[in-house]
Amino acid sequence: MRLQLSPELEAFREEMRTFFTTQVPQEIRDQVASHRELTKEQYVEAMRVLNAAGLAVPHWPVEWGGKDWTPLQHHIWREEMQLAGVPEPLPFNASMIGPVIATFGTQEQKERFLPKTANLDIWWCQGFSEPDAGSDLASLRTTAVRDGDDWVVNGQKTWTTLGQHADWIFCLVRTDPTAEKKQRGISMLVFPMDSPGVTLRPIELLDGTYEVNEVFFEDVRVPAENLIGTENDGWTIAKFLLGNERVGIARIGSTKKMLAQAKEHAREMRSNGRPLIEDPRTAARIAELENELVALELTALRVVANSADGKPHPASSVLKLRGSELQQAATELLVDLAGPLSLASFAGDGSEVPAWARAATPHYLNYRKVSIYGGSNEVQRTIIAGSILGL
Amino acid sequence: MNFDYDSEQNDLREAVRGLLARAYADSEQRRSVVATDPGFDEKTWSRLAEMGLLGLPFAEDHGGMGAGPVEVAIVAEEIGRVLAPEPFIETVVLAGGLVAAVGTDEQKAEILGGISEGTTIAVFAHAEPGTRWSPAAEAVTATQDGDGWTLTGVKEPVPSGARADVLVVSAVVDGGTGLLVVRGDAQGLTRTSYRTHDGTRAAQVRFEGTPAVALGSGDQTAAIERAQAEARIAYSHEAIGAMDTALRTTAEYLRTRKQFGVTLNKFQALTFRAADMYVSLELARSTALWASMVQDAGGDVVSAADRARLQTSRAGRHIGKEAIQLHGGIGVTAEYSVGHYTSRLTAIDHLLGDGDWAADRLAADVASYPTVDPLGAPYA
Ligand SMILES: Cc1cc2nc3c(=O)[nH]c(=O)nc-3n(C[C@H](O)[C@H](O)[C@H](O)COP(=O)(O)OP(=O)(O)OC[C@H]3O[C@@H](n4cnc5c(N)ncnc54)[C@H](O)[C@@H]3O)c2cc1C
Repeated sequence: MRLQLSPELEAFREEMRTFFTTQVPQEIRDQVASHRELTKEQYVEAMRVLNAAGLAVPHWPVEWGGKDWTPLQHHIWREEMQLAGVPEPLPFNASMIGPVIATFGTQEQKERFLPKTANLDIWWCQGFSEPDAGSDLASLRTTAVRDGDDWVVNGQKTWTTLGQHADWIFCLVRTDPTAEKKQRGISMLVFPMDSPGVTLRPIELLDGTYEVNEVFFEDVRVPAENLIGTENDGWTIAKFLLGNERVGIARIGSTKKMLAQAKEHAREMRSNGRPLIEDPRTAARIAELENELVALELTALRVVANSADGKPHPASSVLKLRGSELQQAATELLVDLAGPLSLASFAGDGSEVPAWARAATPHYLNYRKVSIYGGSNEVQRTIIAGSILGL
Repeated sequence: MNFDYDSEQNDLREAVRGLLARAYADSEQRRSVVATDPGFDEKTWSRLAEMGLLGLPFAEDHGGMGAGPVEVAIVAEEIGRVLAPEPFIETVVLAGGLVAAVGTDEQKAEILGGISEGTTIAVFAHAEPGTRWSPAAEAVTATQDGDGWTLTGVKEPVPSGARADVLVVSAVVDGGTGLLVVRGDAQGLTRTSYRTHDGTRAAQVRFEGTPAVALGSGDQTAAIERAQAEARIAYSHEAIGAMDTALRTTAEYLRTRKQFGVTLNKFQALTFRAADMYVSLELARSTALWASMVQDAGGDVVSAADRARLQTSRAGRHIGKEAIQLHGGIGVTAEYSVGHYTSRLTAIDHLLGDGDWAADRLAADVASYPTVDPLGAPYA
C-alpha cells in the first residue's frame, strides 16, 4: 500500500492540469462550468484540441492514438479534465464505438473510421434503446434483412442522445428473428444518419432541452461491409461496449467541481444576515457530500489500481451507482442554496438573480437522467446482488 | 377528533375536482396553457370565481364565502392533483390573506371583493434577491410622501408578478417591515415576466418612486409571518394532491410497462419503493390536515405550518424523485406528465421555505417543551 502518488505521477497530473487549463478555450470551459449547453462546434473544437495533443483517446490501442497508460494515469487524466471544465471527448466516439471498432472491426474499418472518430470528423450516436427495449435491451425489434450486398433496416430507436448532431449511428439490429435466445441473432450495423429512410424526431426533456431523439428507419439500405464483428453475435459487442460506457460515468471530478461551486455560492448567499456557508446545517450537508465523494474517489482509485490485468474490479458497479447519486445530490444542493431564487429559472440576463441560481433547478431536473441511463441504478443493484453477492 | 370531511366539504371537493378535470383533462391541456402568457387560463380563473372559490376564506361582508382553512385546503389539493397553474394560493391565501388581516374595511371591500369576483389578481411581492424566506423586507424601501407613500427597489422573483392587477408589497419603513398596495398600472413600476421551471410565471418587479398606499401601519412582520404560514399550509395541500397523482401515475405505469417479458410490478424491488412512496404521502397528508385544523381552531399556526412544511417537503422530494426513477427515461421527458409533478413539487418547496429551513425553526424550539402533543397546547 502507498498513499502518495509517485513523483512521476505527480508530474503527470501537473502536466494534465496545465494542458487542460491553458490549451482548451476558456469560453468553452466556462460554458461547461455553468452547465449551459455546448454547441456542436464547441464540442468539436475541444475534442480536436485534445486529439492534436494525443489526449482524446488515450485508452485506445497505441497504433490508433492510444497512450498505453496505467489505469491510474487514465483516472488522473479524466479527473483533471473534469475539474478544468473540459468537455469530455464525445463518449459515443471515444468510449463506445472507437474501442469497439478497434477490437472487433476489420483492418479496413479501422482505417476508415478510427482516425476520423478520434478527431470528431465523424460524430457518432448510439442506437441501442427502443420503446420496448430499455433495461431489457436484448428484446430489441429493429430488423435488418439481407438483400444482395445490402442490409435493409426497418424499425425505431429512441433516446438517441445528440442524434441531431450525428453523422453516423451505430445500431443494434435483429438479423435472425428465429434465434432461440433473444440475446442471439443481434448484429451491429453502422451507417450515415443522412441515409435515405432515416428520420429523426427530437424529444423535449423536462428542463426544456433537446438532447435526445427518436430515430425511425424505413427501408434503410446499409452496405454489407458496414457490419461490425460477426453476424448474429452483436450481443457480445454490446456487452463490451456497455462495460466501457460505465467507466468514467461516476464523474467524480465534475461532482467535485460542483461542490466547489456550491461553497462559493454559499459564501455569497445570505441567510438570517450571515453567509449561508456559516449555517451549520448547510456546512454539514456539504461536508457529508464531500466525505461521500472522498469515499467514492478512494474506491475508484482502489478499483483502477487493482485492474491492471484488464479485468474489471467487482466493485465497479459501485462507481456508477454512487457516482450518479452524488452527481444528483450536488445538483440538489445547488437548488437548495439558491432557495427562493431558484424559482427565477428562465429569467433573462436583466435579472438580479445570479445565473447559477437560475440554472440550478433545470440542471437538477435534467440530472434525474444519470441514475437512469447507462444501465439504471436498479440494474446496477441487480448486478451487485447477482454477480457479486450471488443472490 | 375527526379527519373526515363533512358532506358539504365532500360536495365542495367533487365540484372543484369536476371543474378542474374539465379544464385539465390531460397533461397536454396543461402544457398548452402554460406555454403562453400569463401561464394560466383566464377562463378557468373566471369559473373558479363563479363557483365562489376565489372568495372562499373572506368574510361575506367583503364579498367572500366565509369558509375556513379546511375548505381552502380542499381546493389546494385539487389544484395540485392536476397541476392547475392558476395562482389560487398566491392571490387568495397570501395576498388576500394579508389584505383580510390588516386592510381597512374599504380596502377589504375593494380588493377582496375584486378577488372574489375574479376581476382582481393580487399577489404578494416579497422575495428579494439575496434573502431567503425571511418575513422582513431588506432592500425595498417605502417613504411617506404626503398622504401616500413611494416605493424604491427590486422584488424578485414574484410569482405571477407581471399579470397581477394589484401588488401587495413588503418594504422597509421606520420601525420595521411595512405593507403597501400598488396598482398594476402605477407610474414607476416596471415588471419583467419570465417562465419558471414548473411552467408558471414569475417576474422581476422594479419600483422607482412608485406611488403606493399603506396597508395597515407600522411593522407588519407578524402579519406577514402568519399569512405565509397559512400559505405554507395551503401549499402543503397542493403538494399532497400532486404527490397523490405522481404516485398513482407511477403505480399505473408499473402495472403496465413490460420489460423482461413481465410487467414491472413483478419486480419486488420496485413495488416496495412504490409502497414507501405511499408511506411518505400518508404521513404528509396527516400532518397537512392537522395543520389546517390547528389553523381553524386558532392554535399556533406558525409552528403547525413548519411541521407540515417539513413533512411535505421531505415527502415531495422522495415521491418526486422516485416517480421519475421508476418510470425510467420517459420520466424525464416534457411530453410525459410525471416530471412536471416533480418540477412543481420542487417549486413549492422553494416558494416559502424548504424542509431544512422549517427543521431549523423547529430545532430552535425543541428545548422549550418536554413532549410534543399535536392535540394539546399550543395547537388546540
Ligand atoms: C437522457 C437519456 C439519454 C439516453 N441516451 C441514450 C442513447 O444515446 N442511446 C441509447 O441507445 N439509449 C439511450 N438512453 C436509454 C437508456 O439507456 C434507457 O432509458 C435505460 O436503459 C432505461 O430504459 P427505459 O427508459 O426503457 O426504462 P425501463 O427499462 O422501462 O425501466 C423503468 C424502471 O424500471 C426499472 N427496472 C427495469 N427492469 C427492472 C428489473 N428487472 N428489476 C428492477 N428494476 C427494473 C428501471 O431501473 C427503471 O427504474 C438514454 C436515456 C436517457 C434518459
